[in-house]
Amino acid sequence: MATFTFEVVTQDRTVVMTEVEYVLLPGADGGFGILAGHLPIMASLDIGVIEYGPRHGKRRKIALGGGFTEMHDNKLTVMAHTAELAEEIDVLRARQAKQRAEERLADRKADLDITRAQVSLQKALLRLEVADKD
Amino acid sequence: MAQSSREIKRRISSISKTQQITKAMEMIAASKLRSAQETVVSTRPYYERLTNSLGTALRAVEQAGEDLPEIAQRRGDDTHCLLVLAGDRGLAGGYNASIIRQAEAFVREHPKTEMVMVGRKVRDHFRRRNRTSLAEFVGIGDEANLRTAQDIGHVIFDFFEHRLFDNVTILYTEFINTVTHRVTLRNVLPLPEQMKVVKSEGPEPLYIYEPSIHAVLETLVPLYVNASVYQALAEAKASELGARMNAMRNATDNAGELIRDLNITYNRARQAQITKEIAEIVGGADALQS
Repeated sequence: MATFTFEVVTQDRTVVMTEVEYVLLPGADGGFGILAGHLPIMASLDIGVIEYGPRHGKRRKIALGGGFTEMHDNKLTVMAHTAELAEEIDVLRARQAKQRAEERLADRKADLDITRAQVSLQKALLRLEVADKD
Repeated sequence: MAQSSREIKRRISSISKTQQITKAMEMIAASKLRSAQETVVSTRPYYERLTNSLGTALRAVEQAGEDLPEIAQRRGDDTHCLLVLAGDRGLAGGYNASIIRQAEAFVREHPKTEMVMVGRKVRDHFRRRNRTSLAEFVGIGDEANLRTAQDIGHVIFDFFEHRLFDNVTILYTEFINTVTHRVTLRNVLPLPEQMKVVKSEGPEPLYIYEPSIHAVLETLVPLYVNASVYQALAEAKASELGARMNAMRNATDNAGELIRDLNITYNRARQAQITKEIAEIVGGADALQS
């Protein structure tokens, strides 16, 4: 099956660069898939999971902390705020972050930044999901 | 004889100890500089690609004859935010001083400026002058750290969105090479006009924008702010290390010169002492014979 170049970059490193058949991205309005030869597209990405690999079969996962993607000339680039491969995720830290965020949301103090706590919780849950632990 | 030879000896040993310290600091700065330089180089492609995409999206909005989303619009020239990037520690020659001088000049020119300060030296300078800042970041280490840059970018973008100011400028030191650094003002927001200039040849591909071109721009602008901060921070850190390395090399050289001069003085003093003693012995012998 036809493949295309798929790349995830954060500012300080290239997380992944490979040839793939299929990529599933967490779009701002829900997930969408990209196949080789897709028309030029720019899209906003939410916090969520990126899956990439063969069209059918086992795919690898990346935890994405939001960002932007662009596809043209059969090359898909994701520019991420943060991005981690499943094996890179610090499960212990994610668990702690989850606990912290839950505690903050549980005892609502007056100065609590609710959106921020919710985002941290969302990110922690996502990392645990990608790392396949809870 | 101005000083006793013992005093000179003591000064020589004290200066050579200082020289050892400056020498060590020079080498530490040099080794950190190498990785800092790599960071500077590696941030450039990301930044360029991001501004390219931003340019493409801006042109697309313009061609469609639509209005830009609020955060991409030019709002006014009155209110400013100045992000000052400097060092936590001194002993880097004129590095901090020239940044502070430029910051003072900017504030004088634009009275309605809110400041965000990075580095203990700037913070202390403006605190002594009772100037408040929106946010301060101190003790961030010798490496440009992505998390710190994102925190700074986040703070600035948040305030910009809430219309605390209409313009954002970064004041940092551009790293040209190990000995040359240039204090630079970079306009970040509103988006500079030159961003819309077409960079690639040939017909422009027609993009699909998901979920909408406005949403894409609203995602791109904060990414671009963070990228600008990170890149400037990387350059600032590399310049600081370069400046420190040079300052310490000069200090080491100066110490070497001082030691050489003192050694000559010491030898002269010693020689004079010996001559004097011989003269005394000869004088004594003469006195006995006669």
